[in-house]
Amino acid sequence: MGMTMVEKILAAHSGKDKVKPGELVNAKLDMVLGNDVTTPVAVKEFAKIGLDKVFDKERVAIVPDHFAPNKDINSAEQCKMIREFAHEKEIKNYFEIGDMGIEHCLLPEKGLALPGDIIIGADSHTCTYGALGALATGVGSTDMAAGMATGEAWFKVPETIKFVYNGELQKWVSGKDLILYTIGDIGVDGALYKSMEFTGEVIENFSMDNRFTMSNMAIEAGGKCGLIEPDQTTLEYVKDRAQREYTVYKSDEDADYSQVIEYDVSKIEPQVAFPHLPENTKGISEVGDIKIDQSVIGSCTNGRIEDLRVAAEVLKGKKRAPHVRLIIFPGTQEIYRQAMHEGLVDIFLDAGAAVSTPTCGPCLGGHMGILAKGERAIATTNRNFVGRMGHPESEVYLSNPAIAAASAVAGKIVSPEEV
Amino acid sequence: MDIKGKVWKYGSDVDTDVIIPARYLNTSVPKELAKHCMEDIDENFVDNVNDGDLIVAEDNFGCGSSREHAPLAIKAAGVSCVIANSFARIFYRNSINIGLPILECPEAVAGIETGDEVEVDVDSGVIKNLTKGQEYQAAAFPEFMQELIDAGGLVNYVKKKVGTA
Repeated sequence: MGMTMVEKILAAHSGKDKVKPGELVNAKLDMVLGNDVTTPVAVKEFAKIGLDKVFDKERVAIVPDHFAPNKDINSAEQCKMIREFAHEKEIKNYFEIGDMGIEHCLLPEKGLALPGDIIIGADSHTCTYGALGALATGVGSTDMAAGMATGEAWFKVPETIKFVYNGELQKWVSGKDLILYTIGDIGVDGALYKSMEFTGEVIENFSMDNRFTMSNMAIEAGGKCGLIEPDQTTLEYVKDRAQREYTVYKSDEDADYSQVIEYDVSKIEPQVAFPHLPENTKGISEVGDIKIDQSVIGSCTNGRIEDLRVAAEVLKGKKRAPHVRLIIFPGTQEIYRQAMHEGLVDIFLDAGAAVSTPTCGPCLGGHMGILAKGERAIATTNRNFVGRMGHPESEVYLSNPAIAAASAVAGKIVSPEEV
Repeated sequence: MDIKGKVWKYGSDVDTDVIIPARYLNTSVPKELAKHCMEDIDENFVDNVNDGDLIVAEDNFGCGSSREHAPLAIKAAGVSCVIANSFARIFYRNSINIGLPILECPEAVAGIETGDEVEVDVDSGVIKNLTKGQEYQAAAFPEFMQELIDAGGLVNYVKKKVGTA
């Protein structure tokens, strides 16, 4: 019996020839990540461990992106604490405001997340790097602290569900729609404790940006990680970025999957996830009359250049509805600059959008776009839990950037075909 | 370790955003976090929870964000143990790491209601519903996780490993 990608990566990092689902292994880490919300707790736990140094100054990344640029005095204190920790421990990959991007857009861009890696991040969307063929998974702050101390973490070898996407994509359907559709199909705990593997001709033809979006939301199905086999597209992406050596692992033909799920994508239309779970999905034609107060385009899910291009394609020459706030936040400074060079920012400003510096702020109800009681947003983000973007009685609908852009123009949730 | 208290029962997919909303994550002080624990789904919780009380929930408890602030808030609110049909992966890991007792036991979840008086022996996994006179057996932890629990959490375990204990 062969092995899946995840099994091979775990075996290679724990000095074994073979591992099996259910087995507990202690594995070496290629990167340990934290942000300004989770790192403060990790700093305190690291101090309790009592070591002077982190295991490798080049293999820790700290990104103040959640409540940064600092939203209030407490957030400023948290950012100060992690800045001082990074300085004291001589952590190479600390990204100050101005260099900072949303962590899961930033790390791949900087070549710090690579194929075959094992990466733990004290942020649940660390699974994004699965798009590069890495075992990347979210953990808590204490795991981050232990990872910084030892360069290792314990893992239960997960079973793998294989998802196969074939067929021709409908207009405006993207990676976001496929992952929302998948979560709608299997549920928010459909891949609990498991690895998801995204395959098929549609994935093979997908750009890296679409792949990142899919892997990003593996956690929304409860998945430990969501991997895509590295191919020419992956290698092109990492070629000039990689800061160290990497290894490409591919699943064996005879690897053992706990389940294989196939989708004919030609039947999938753009998806909208209704409150208050990402599994509450409907096709855009079934949405009905949902008026919105705010449209948010960006985040670690959909804040990459292709997402902004799609939004600009829809918004070009149009204006947001007068009562709608349209907030667009590119994922990194490089993406921001690229969007400027391509004239996308002009299109956004002409459409009446507020274009923000990179931050996780609005996605998690931190700052830069909080909803009042009874307000409703369409967002290209990843979660629509109760109170996620603000007041507990506000609502978030999840979609791709084209739908979010069209909805900003129409003032209600619509397809780009309707504006 | 003996645990005894009244039960607060919730449904499925209780996410970490409602356990501790992000608007309060500009601090990591457990007692501060505890003041807002569960407030978006149960505004009575914080004012009425007593030390030793238990949370019982259905499927996928603690889904969503990786914030360790969620189990920290629950623990600092005085909750002694969480029993669920299943836990989201990161919440499960975080709870073990910080020493918040958690047990998976669908029979207990089916049998227990809000307000029931429940006693738990974490080591044996025996859950007693004193109100209803029922007893349930939770699944045992894998050996390695039991080691982590016995060490008092991941930090103590790592200290032994790196020789700073």
